[in-house]
Amino acid sequence: MTAVNSSQTGGTFTRVSPPGKQRNGLPKTTARRRARRSLRRHWTLYLLMLVPLTHLLIFKYIPMANGVIAFKDYNVVQGIWASPWAGWKHFQAFLANPQFWELVNNTFLLSFYAVIAAFPIPIILALALNEIRQGLFKRTVQMVTYAPYFISTVVVVSMLIMILSPKVGLTGHVFGFFGVEAVDLLAEPGYFRHIYVWSDIWQTAGYSAVIYLAALAGVDQSLYEAARVDGATRLQKIWHVDLPSIMPTAVIVLILAVGNIMAIGFEKAFLMQNPLNLSASEIIATYVYKTGLLNADFSQATAIGLLNSVVNLCLLVFVNFIAKRVTGNGVWS
Amino acid sequence: MSLIRDTTGTGPARHTTFPDPDTSRRFPFLRRTPRRVQETKVDRIFLVCTYLLLLTFLAVVLLPLLNIVASSFSAPTAVTSGQVLFWPVDFTLRGYEVALGNPQIVTGFLNSLFYTVVGTFISVVLTIALAFPLSRRSLFGRGPVMGVVVFTMLFSGGVIPTYLVVQNLGMLDTRWAMVLPQAIGVWQVVIAATYLRTMIPDELYEAAQLDGCGDLRFLWKVVVPLAKPMIAVIALMYAIAQWNGYFDALLYLRDADLHPIQLVLRNILILNSEAAGGATDPTKMLERRQMADLLKYSLIVIASVPVLLIYPFVARYFTKGIMIGAIKG
Repeated sequence: MTAVNSSQTGGTFTRVSPPGKQRNGLPKTTARRRARRSLRRHWTLYLLMLVPLTHLLIFKYIPMANGVIAFKDYNVVQGIWASPWAGWKHFQAFLANPQFWELVNNTFLLSFYAVIAAFPIPIILALALNEIRQGLFKRTVQMVTYAPYFISTVVVVSMLIMILSPKVGLTGHVFGFFGVEAVDLLAEPGYFRHIYVWSDIWQTAGYSAVIYLAALAGVDQSLYEAARVDGATRLQKIWHVDLPSIMPTAVIVLILAVGNIMAIGFEKAFLMQNPLNLSASEIIATYVYKTGLLNADFSQATAIGLLNSVVNLCLLVFVNFIAKRVTGNGVWS
Repeated sequence: MSLIRDTTGTGPARHTTFPDPDTSRRFPFLRRTPRRVQETKVDRIFLVCTYLLLLTFLAVVLLPLLNIVASSFSAPTAVTSGQVLFWPVDFTLRGYEVALGNPQIVTGFLNSLFYTVVGTFISVVLTIALAFPLSRRSLFGRGPVMGVVVFTMLFSGGVIPTYLVVQNLGMLDTRWAMVLPQAIGVWQVVIAATYLRTMIPDELYEAAQLDGCGDLRFLWKVVVPLAKPMIAVIALMYAIAQWNGYFDALLYLRDADLHPIQLVLRNILILNSEAAGGATDPTKMLERRQMADLLKYSLIVIASVPVLLIYPFVARYFTKGIMIGAIKG
């Protein structure tokens, strides 16, 4: 209600102000008038919005402000604001950390591998599904490949552990079939990335294919007719009609994936970690968790997290810029 | 329009246009022209390859799942000696009996149910409360507010600063820590606002206002009933994220009585915490180890059952959800 009053006084002020001034402030006045009218008309909506916005303030924006402890020596007794300043100390400590390059390497390699390997598979799946007739088989393939997306990370990693277990798991059979001594693949740093990425593809390929299937459903039928009249084979039809039609979608998907490279998930890497594969599986996100929550070095962990967030933000802005150039439409604006 | 024509099946595309009605009446043998252009041999081979490829996809996704489910229904000895492939060996429900007799697992399951129901309710209410105002064009300042919302998706304070907020609010080791901090999903807000903007026309809104229907009443009496499909989509999204998540529990909950099923699963399976201590008799120990293996399989199934039960609905609605998201605002 106070907001309504203040905007009303603002309105009165402009009404009594001399004409010359009023002319200069014209756009401002109309904006104010619109604001006042909107407030009077929709004050319940503003009140309604206040609840979720308060939530965002508390759980999103206050944490951003709390990020200031990256520049302080945080201790519990003095709290966030009273703790002594430390400048760039924690950032420098991280850059000088002997593990620094290993962490950056692991994070980037894992993300890039995931992006590149996961890109073509859903496209192939969608193109293949698009070729066959509507029917039970098609529906079954779609339902089954889609399903793993809804399985939790914990369950997927648990399944990996059981299936890759040399004693009880499926791979034990495979090794036995070839007469080779069974190896515990999860304990080998060299296999970590492959297992991570390919189980990810196993989980998300069906889901990602849905987007491409939708794009394929929107292809102008006259293109297919023309191709048929010209005597194109199925393969030529895919190459000259299907692929170009889903290209814009594919570009957006790829760009978005690149934009999320620094945000690679904590959940799965953390679960797949064990002391034996740590040299490949320790990524920035898991290191932040361990530094902050297990070693209680809050300032250092916040500094690393902040660095990661800033790099990620820059990547996203850059990627949005590219998306705008490529498709004439930004990803979020 | 083109979509509607296509679904009728044999549209004009399938016919060769050559024998027009008049010609075919005079020369009946010309009517015998094939309705489709004949598939060449290359095409048929290609189609067979396509089917084989899809079969491979099907097998690769399905077989691991089958192995887990089959193992969970098999006898403990068969599981430990690795005899189970894709069909239960010596069918038994022992694994499930043991799992459901374990208080830790039952508590975890009930906790997860609680978090999912309460968390989803809070999330949906907050999302609609944010999305409905944002979908009204006549609302002054909705652009900046949208910016404030979307920015939280692009940049975050990080794990530790969020942890400090939760700590300062005294929510550590309470159920609130599971349902409040992540209650609003930006993506869901965008989907909801886009849907409401396109599906609830401004004319309807203005007409209701002229009739003296206030904003809140309009929301409750008109918007919510009309937007049921969208609400179902975002509710399912929230519910599945809530059921499947473990990170918040790992961060905020020390008390094992509050742990959701995913965290219980992690402790038993990944940390292998249920050590076979106690028994010294070798045969007893072997039996116990076999039971532990079987338990892991049935636990994996138990933790996924609720999601798999609603999967048929989810699959349909999620596809719609992706499409709404694709329209974007």
